[in-house]
Amino acid sequence: MRLLVCISSVPDTTSKIKFTDDSSRFDDSGIQWVINPWDELALTRAIELKEDNTNPVTEVVVITIGTFQTEPTLRKCLAIGADKAVRIDIEPLDAYQTASQLAAYIKNEEFGFIICGIESGDYNEASVGGMLAELLDFVSVSSVSSVRFNKDQPIFQRDVANGKEELSVNGTAVLIVQKGFASVPKIPNMRGIMTARSKPLELIKASSSKSLIKFVNYHSPKEKEAVQMLESSDELVEKLSKEAKLI
Amino acid sequence: MAILVYIRNVAGTIKKQSLELSSYAHAMAEATNQEVIGIVIGEIDDSALSELGNYGMSQILKADNPNFNMRVNRVYTRIIEQAVLKTNAQYILFPDNNQGKAIAPRLSVRLQAGFVPQVLGLPSSYEPFHIEKRAFTGKALANIEVNTERIILSPILNSYGLNENKTELKIENFEPEIDEPESRLTILDKKVNTERINLLDADIVVSGGRGLKSAENFKLLEELATTLDGALACSRPVADDGWRPADEHVGQTGKIISPNIYFAVGISGAIQHVAGVSGSKCLVAINADPEAPIFDVADYGIVGDALKIVPELNEAFKQHLSDNQ
Ligand SMILES: Cc1cc2nc3c(=O)[nH]c(=O)nc-3n(C[C@H](O)[C@H](O)[C@H](O)COP(=O)(O)OP(=O)(O)OC[C@H]3O[C@@H](n4cnc5c(N)ncnc54)[C@H](O)[C@@H]3O)c2cc1C
Ligand SMILES: Nc1ncnc2c1ncn2[C@@H]1O[C@H](COP(=O)(O)O)[C@@H](O)[C@H]1O
Repeated sequence: MRLLVCISSVPDTTSKIKFTDDSSRFDDSGIQWVINPWDELALTRAIELKEDNTNPVTEVVVITIGTFQTEPTLRKCLAIGADKAVRIDIEPLDAYQTASQLAAYIKNEEFGFIICGIESGDYNEASVGGMLAELLDFVSVSSVSSVRFNKDQPIFQRDVANGKEELSVNGTAVLIVQKGFASVPKIPNMRGIMTARSKPLELIKASSSKSLIKFVNYHSPKEKEAVQMLESSDELVEKLSKEAKLI
Repeated sequence: MAILVYIRNVAGTIKKQSLELSSYAHAMAEATNQEVIGIVIGEIDDSALSELGNYGMSQILKADNPNFNMRVNRVYTRIIEQAVLKTNAQYILFPDNNQGKAIAPRLSVRLQAGFVPQVLGLPSSYEPFHIEKRAFTGKALANIEVNTERIILSPILNSYGLNENKTELKIENFEPEIDEPESRLTILDKKVNTERINLLDADIVVSGGRGLKSAENFKLLEELATTLDGALACSRPVADDGWRPADEHVGQTGKIISPNIYFAVGISGAIQHVAGVSGSKCLVAINADPEAPIFDVADYGIVGDALKIVPELNEAFKQHLSDNQ
């Protein structure tokens, strides 16, 4: 069984976020690009599943929609242990366009299941996984917190209001994952970095596709008022009830 | 035309977030001269829905076929799509939580309708349609334009608040036609924990970091959470060390929450942690170190030993709550 992990390349959380002078675009000068943290956990778990020989997983493929700028991120995925990387060469305009490009690729391939993160740390659309599933008429399972195999059948666990459910899916599923899927992201070792160079990184031309929403411009959130330092618990209760009116 | 609100059915009850969403829809309805209609899926009594009439909703479509009690995103999407067509809704609103995130993107594809998640505030204009959303994990706001015929939005929880508007509410049964030939999703096992308040739904969250020193000391936070009817959360190292369950960890790699009050106790305020809680309406920090970065993002702060302050605070809240009963 082949697994596909969708990888979004995002600015490291500690990056200072700036925009171009007319605020219409994200200014990516000096940005350190990393694997979107949830995608990193998804990839980690996919590789763990493959490394355990009792499972039917034979190959882990990663895919990203993006310009050449995303290549170091894909190389890192290969160094961590993915077998193959695919890049579709287009700068995404919105989640719909990203999902359409992914769907165009997946249509001609066969995967046991496909994993997306809950959201990417740049445009925070939390949409690609669900849109992809709908475009392909696949089942989507959200809030997935773990995957295991029962013989050849993957069993998924998802969080539901105040509890957890275990389920199986007939056909290809798109999993939307968050915390708990894997605990510590796998980091590349020297051997991984060396072998990554000889692993395939397939470059595909983008099919034309449209977007549904338009990012017009950006601004910084309102400056937060300075913190009020308080001396006692009683003072805090007083503030929360009289000033903030939240208690 | 109408504004359709997805009402989340939690085992036959609704949450405050649905009242907030209705309040938000009502404000949009006033501006665009439309009606607010709700759609609810799965078994639920009319009495559990009546409260929505106090927040501007005038009609509810109830798809209470027991087959719908199990959540299948594909099926839910099709039910809501039919409700959109029936009511000719122009705007469709979802809560910005896991359920909204699961269904709204699918619906966006079905309807070819632009979807804007993590919305803050009302649209700044309707023609053309402009609205603000959170981007870059809260470090920026993006102004979004949408030109599709229908538009789907999910406002961040607790960002708008409740607004009472008494309306006459009609509840109507709705029987969508669903083609789900064979069930492609099989539930094998379900573990329910109804005792605990769901972290994503909680108005008040009491969260602890490594400054709590041990798993046992989290009892103090549990007691405070119980007093305030809140949920418990923690920083990542606390979950990694097994002091608390993994699903309580908030932040960049954990849950993203936006409660009314977030108590950060013994949490240094690393940027990866703050990324998960920066949407909170009010952030209270309790930390031994006056220089801790958490104070840069807090609204109220107390410097001191959490093990001493938390029990005092618990007593002070108990006193306050009994005085104000
Ligand atoms: C890629 C990446 C992703 C990450 N994702 C997350 C995430 O999602 N969530 C997350 O939380 N972290 C995340 N982290 C980790 C994050 O960087 C911090 O290391 C972590 O949040 C620190 O946890 P802490 O505040 O509990 O512990 P510490 O940083 O050790 O802080 C403990 C605090 O307690 C205070 N303290 C000590 N004793 C007392 C006392 N008696 N009373 C009161 N205060 C006291 C100290 O002054 C200190 O400020 C991530 C890191 C990386 C690199
Ligand atoms: N450009 C992209 N290429 C491949 N996958 C992506 C891309 N953008 C987002 N994704 C996937 O979709 C998830 C959710 O992202 P988003 O909907 O953009 O918040 C991410 O965690 C990735 O798994």
